[in-house]
Amino acid sequence: MYGTGLAKGLLLTLRHFVDSYVDDIRYGFRKYHHSTDNFAIRQGTKTKGVITVQYPDEKVAVPERFRFVPFLIVEDEDHPTRSGKDWCTSCGICAKVCPPQCIWIVRGNDPNTGRPVPEPEAFFIDIDICMNCGFCAEYCPFDAIKMDHDYELASYDRTTHHIHDKERLSKPNSYWRSIAPTRAYEEMLVRGTWEHIDVAKEARRGAARSRPAAPPPAPQAEDAATAVASEVASPAEASAAPAPTAEGATPWTEDDAKREERRRKALERKARRAAKRGQ
Amino acid sequence: MDQPGLAPEKQLDATTVEEAIAYLRNEYADAVTLDDREGYGGVIIESKRLVEVARAIRDGLGFDYLSSATAVDYLGAGDHLEMVYHAYRTSGGGALVFKAQTDRERAEIPSLVSVWRGADFQEREAWDLMGIRFMGHPNLKRILMWEGFHGHPLRKDWREAYYEEDQKPFDNRWPGGQVYRVEERNVFGKNVTYPPDIDLGRLMDNSETAVYQSLGLGVDVERIMDKDGFETNELVVNMGPHHPSTHGVFRMVLTVDGETVTSLEPVMGYLHRNHEKIGERNTYLHNIPFTDRLDYISSMGNNHGYVLAVEQLMSLGRKYNPPTYRCEALRVMMVELSRIVNHLWAIGFWLNDIGAFFTPVLYFVQERERILDFFEAVAGSRMMCNYMRFGGLFGDLPERLKSVSNLTNDRVRDYNTMQFLTEMINERIPRTIDELERLLTQNEILIERSVGVGVLTREDAINYSAAGPLLRGSGVAYDIRRADPYSIYPELDFDVAVEDEGDMYARYRVRVSELRESVRILKQILPRLEATAGESIWADGKPGAYAPRVPHGEAYGRVENGKGELGYYVVSAGGRGGSANPWRYHVRAPSFINLTPMGIMSRGYKVADIVGILGSIDIVLGETDR
Repeated sequence: MYGTGLAKGLLLTLRHFVDSYVDDIRYGFRKYHHSTDNFAIRQGTKTKGVITVQYPDEKVAVPERFRFVPFLIVEDEDHPTRSGKDWCTSCGICAKVCPPQCIWIVRGNDPNTGRPVPEPEAFFIDIDICMNCGFCAEYCPFDAIKMDHDYELASYDRTTHHIHDKERLSKPNSYWRSIAPTRAYEEMLVRGTWEHIDVAKEARRGAARSRPAAPPPAPQAEDAATAVASEVASPAEASAAPAPTAEGATPWTEDDAKREERRRKALERKARRAAKRGQ
Repeated sequence: MDQPGLAPEKQLDATTVEEAIAYLRNEYADAVTLDDREGYGGVIIESKRLVEVARAIRDGLGFDYLSSATAVDYLGAGDHLEMVYHAYRTSGGGALVFKAQTDRERAEIPSLVSVWRGADFQEREAWDLMGIRFMGHPNLKRILMWEGFHGHPLRKDWREAYYEEDQKPFDNRWPGGQVYRVEERNVFGKNVTYPPDIDLGRLMDNSETAVYQSLGLGVDVERIMDKDGFETNELVVNMGPHHPSTHGVFRMVLTVDGETVTSLEPVMGYLHRNHEKIGERNTYLHNIPFTDRLDYISSMGNNHGYVLAVEQLMSLGRKYNPPTYRCEALRVMMVELSRIVNHLWAIGFWLNDIGAFFTPVLYFVQERERILDFFEAVAGSRMMCNYMRFGGLFGDLPERLKSVSNLTNDRVRDYNTMQFLTEMINERIPRTIDELERLLTQNEILIERSVGVGVLTREDAINYSAAGPLLRGSGVAYDIRRADPYSIYPELDFDVAVEDEGDMYARYRVRVSELRESVRILKQILPRLEATAGESIWADGKPGAYAPRVPHGEAYGRVENGKGELGYYVVSAGGRGGSANPWRYHVRAPSFINLTPMGIMSRGYKVADIVGILGSIDIVLGETDR
């Protein structure tokens, strides 16, 4: 009969309309409530009906691999030996793999000797040109440049705000670990340490030097090596991580004990939070 | 001649490509020579006899489908321009590649439009960007640039306004990099060249007249003004470039008699950015994210075609590992998901064009959002996926599709990846396709609007080099995944969707069937992913180098993308160590070539149908204009 196809289609539209309210009832009208527990469900594969996200009152948190405008990793403020130091060694690979060529690096030189030092003197990214491809982060051999998750970068003036210099680009290592914990962990497995790869190398070298001569080893190498040991030995990743250099490890100093205490507390907090989420 | 001779009892149009080449060399011994450059294939035809030989290739040898026709500038390597043609049989099989060479100064090659109408736009593009004059072309004018543009931008000695260096990476980025904006150092106007005889003060733009003249009308305004009453008049109507139905900045110049279209000419190039020149300046790796920006609805497919082409070239060298099985399975999964995205989008917006305003589209976009969420969690971006690498991928599937709260008001999601995929593929997507069919296939208004409208006959579809659903909607069962298979498609079980009518409704049905076939493929991919879990996506276990050296040669990588055949013609001019930048990088864009038959498809229909016909071709301007 002429018109049945039309009627069927209209019924389907009606069902979609009703479904969105059925969803409301199913979640006890908590659909727009500011708690996050039902968000994953109504955005997931089981949901029917209307699924609008009320931006900016609520936002979809971006997944870990999300990439938007790179940033540079610097060591955390409370790092014992390398506080505030760049992870970047100014090797220049990011500038070479950048498809639109939006990265400018000035290599640092030692003012006394004139020889290059493994730290960039200046680092610029023109974010108007950046195409967010993520190659710089992917091919960086030092895990020093990462793609950010902060996509709200609108500004009133492109000429002053859109060329990010080193200061603007730098973010602490802990920030990277907080936005992408899984990836930071995977990178740690590849490097073999939570520290910068140079620290590990230095520690290995220090350990190799100290082996025949017996303790005490050079203070800096000792510190770094113990840092490696204590970091990697945390319960979660102990099995997968390569064993640190045992030779470099020394009995706990007071400083180390304090650090270990802080670490244990942090892990406890984390476990409590996890338990809460699980309930 | 050491080539295998042709067995006399064998049908000419059932020969292998090698036999076909041997036949051509026998038959046209003075005009056809083998292309024996290192890494090259096919034959070089003397340009004077090109049309004659091409006719033999089409009629005698049965290579009835001209897939790609493009030009290469060999400046400094023979100093000639070369047209490269890839012809296929619609019954399947590999390409017969033939070339014609010409001088750079007086570049002239006979046009093949009389043999394959599909060469029309591609030859115009070669004239526009390379400056080859095609003798006998019915309408040889610029297609992407405007009439009056100075120079031919794809020539190796042409430099653009903000020219910096011939090849990336640029020298000043490291170690002594100093940041600047190109426009500060290089003020526009000082860096543009004009023909020597031009007076800027008296500059006239006659590109419009050229468009109208080519329609063969010469509108007589007086005649139209003089008439009275209800008699219909011929009238020129511009649709676009800013018109919501053209899906971007695209323009159609129509002549209408009353409300009936008598002729139509597409005008494009508003989004032209010389993608191919950028691609020749880039290193091989740099090009991958640029391909995302071609057909931005299905960027996974764009990646796939390009990596296939470069992998073909790399396999000529010694150090090359083909991708692992898991990598291939992941690639196919991503490509099929983006085909679903593409077809949902295409059907949805085609419905918008013919009047089902936004209700169906929003139902489809819900599913598309789910798939894009998945892309975002795996590849890092929703649309500009940049997922594939030479011999591998950006990364394996993450164990969980999860997010971390970062901005204020962030809402967090966390799903198991395989569970999410299984639910999507087995439940949600099939349910949506069922809904789509229930909503539309029997809808009387849709049938009235689309049956018998925008007809493209089988012969025209082949001759005009139509591809994808446009070709298969006209009764040609030609799907590259079956006709010239790549990746792991040979072992997957699926059917080629085909409909005979050649109208808008047939194309709609082809798309719906292809949605179902894609789901069928995805269901076969899931167990393959589970079986290969834990296997590396890289053959040697570690990611590929960032600057691969690609050996000397040419390659044509083609995939069946959502919109049709997407091909990449890549030439590497590397020396012994290989090259870091492609010498030539050409994109055979389905959105561009599928517009060639737009004129004949719309003749005789009403103005309101034109919008629907364009929607049923399914173009994306990022790819059309490149």
